[in-house]
Amino acid sequence: MQYLPNILFAIALIAGISFFVMNIRKLYRNINLGKKIDRTDNQPERWKNMIKIALGQSKMVKRPFSGFLHIVVYVGFIIINIEVLEIIIDGLFGTHRIFLGFLGDAFYGFLIGTFEILAFLVFVAVIIFWTRRNVANIKRFLSSEMKGWPKADGNMILYFEMVLMTLFIVMNATDTSFQQAGIGNPISQFVAPLFDGFTAETLHLIERAAWWIHILGILVFLNYLYYSKHLHILLAFPNTFFANLNPKGQFTNLEYVTNEVKLMMDPDADPYAAPVEGAEEEVPEKFGASDVLDLNKVQLLNAYTCTECGRCTSSCPANLTGKKLSPRKIMMDTRDRLEEVGRNIDANGGAFKEDGKQLLNDYITPEELWACTSCNACVEECPVNIDPLSIIMDMRRYLVMEESAAPQELNSMMTNIENNGAPWPYNQQDRLNWANEE
Amino acid sequence: MNVPTMADMMAQGKQPEVLFWVGAAGSYDDRAKKISRAFVKILHKANVDFAVLGTEESSTGDAAKRAGNEFLFQMQAMMNIEVLNGYEVKKIVTCDPHSFNTLKNEYPNLGGKYEVLHHTQFIQNLISEGRLNINDTTLQGKKVTFHDPCYLGRANEVYESPRDLIRRLGVNLTEMKRNKSTALCCGAGGAQMFKDAEKGDKEINILRTEDALETKPDIIATGCPYCNTMMTDGIKFKEKEAEVVVKDIAELIAEANNL
Repeated sequence: MQYLPNILFAIALIAGISFFVMNIRKLYRNINLGKKIDRTDNQPERWKNMIKIALGQSKMVKRPFSGFLHIVVYVGFIIINIEVLEIIIDGLFGTHRIFLGFLGDAFYGFLIGTFEILAFLVFVAVIIFWTRRNVANIKRFLSSEMKGWPKADGNMILYFEMVLMTLFIVMNATDTSFQQAGIGNPISQFVAPLFDGFTAETLHLIERAAWWIHILGILVFLNYLYYSKHLHILLAFPNTFFANLNPKGQFTNLEYVTNEVKLMMDPDADPYAAPVEGAEEEVPEKFGASDVLDLNKVQLLNAYTCTECGRCTSSCPANLTGKKLSPRKIMMDTRDRLEEVGRNIDANGGAFKEDGKQLLNDYITPEELWACTSCNACVEECPVNIDPLSIIMDMRRYLVMEESAAPQELNSMMTNIENNGAPWPYNQQDRLNWANEE
Repeated sequence: MNVPTMADMMAQGKQPEVLFWVGAAGSYDDRAKKISRAFVKILHKANVDFAVLGTEESSTGDAAKRAGNEFLFQMQAMMNIEVLNGYEVKKIVTCDPHSFNTLKNEYPNLGGKYEVLHHTQFIQNLISEGRLNINDTTLQGKKVTFHDPCYLGRANEVYESPRDLIRRLGVNLTEMKRNKSTALCCGAGGAQMFKDAEKGDKEINILRTEDALETKPDIIATGCPYCNTMMTDGIKFKEKEAEVVVKDIAELIAEANNL
């Protein structure tokens, strides 16, 4: 029975990690439902972007206040996790503060002291974040797509962090020998007096409870990621790596359209030629995107990476002027639909069963898509290089090329381009008249 | 005014140093035609050997592409590329950031590879090569704010060329609160120019005009014929036509030099 805590700990650890890995495999499978896209060129630039933007948070600080607070939480999160390593070793082997022996009083004290200060700063930052989300009336946290689960999700993450930081400090404050040693307790020494008058047994009980809830909380939080918007702490890295490196104004040229246009313009092409053997069975390529499976893998990765901060939406000219379009909602809808498709595949033995729904109309309406000015403000703003515009464009392509469902005025514009080479109904022969006017 | 065409040039066995891509707005829109003429005056002043395609020019397909019609875009692109390659064009300058972006970024992989410059970049080069001087002080002391066209700024990260030219005019350049990479769109891009806006509580060009008016400018400078239209409409809506004018940088330079 002596090893019961060690065994329970090992079971919790293995269960927590296995469940997480299982979900991550599902996430990986879902992203791979997307179309292939080659984003492996120019590796040095890609690594540089990842280091600068994801690791270095360079785009976060463009909004200095929230950017600074985010760096506090981010740095705290990463550094305090070194402590989790000690907790895991202690838990598995029944030791207590095993690193103390290895590292010596001074260095161990410095390390834990740093963690405590960071934990305190994270706690304060998280309180400010909570206030911004719930009290401060910041427009981007109040949009219609942020009602219900997204709002609860955002708050839940903050509560998790508050509780974990508190437990860490309480665990240290109630560790009598640690407090007596007086090393590495710059914050917990002020919390310890709250427990004055408790018996040694009670203190030990509280310390153990805080220790256990802390590590179990971390495992639960790890598994919460997959269900929440918080995946960005992992996916920001691949997302910035695979982001578009071309000028933002450069939209893709659809290759299958190029082939058809070339054929049409080829004077030697035989319009009556019999189709190549086997060509009848080929399903013609679908133009644009009406569902998540028509999007590419990077677009689907974008959807999972989005943490719904809303910087895109708060800079979108259409959204700022009261239109329905919100680039953040485009990303949230894409993820919601992708998860729905994923669950469908799981429920139907590995193959997607037609469910009569798609991303277009059931999630994203044409009204939203047509409100976009393609100005790239959303792409520029995203702290992790998500590209909502590419999804909007792919869906417009579907609307126009598959459904002929452009707004009437755009149809006139396109007819004019076809007939007289300009978006307006002017005669191409008058194209140089401007030179002789005035 | 003398605007030679590539066909004329070819007939004379000449190859101009640069092709001026006028674009649909610069060819047909009354306001934008003035920009085309101002730019040609600058080209003449700097003795630039240029030509236009004239009636052989056709829509780049930018608006069609952004409206979702990839077919029409590529048809236009391939037709234009055939003409451009036929004339062995190497270098293109345009006053339209949309043409600039499409020709520069979207034509190469369809077979159209050219050096493409926005007119503000081209004029900047003329000055640094000593071919053009901005020496007049007509506009000295005027308060100017610059509206970044999305397809010049964010899309291609050209922020400094237009500002450098404005500063050379001796004017007082004041930035709007949203500028350069955070500039707000005028509302015309993505084919919005050709349709009514979706239901909302404001027009985008009004919001952007308000940004500009906050700087209390005498002149709102732009580098895009579509932005020009949107900002001009915004100024009219705000009934500020008497105090504020919207001008392309080419027009400001032509005026400053009394061209």
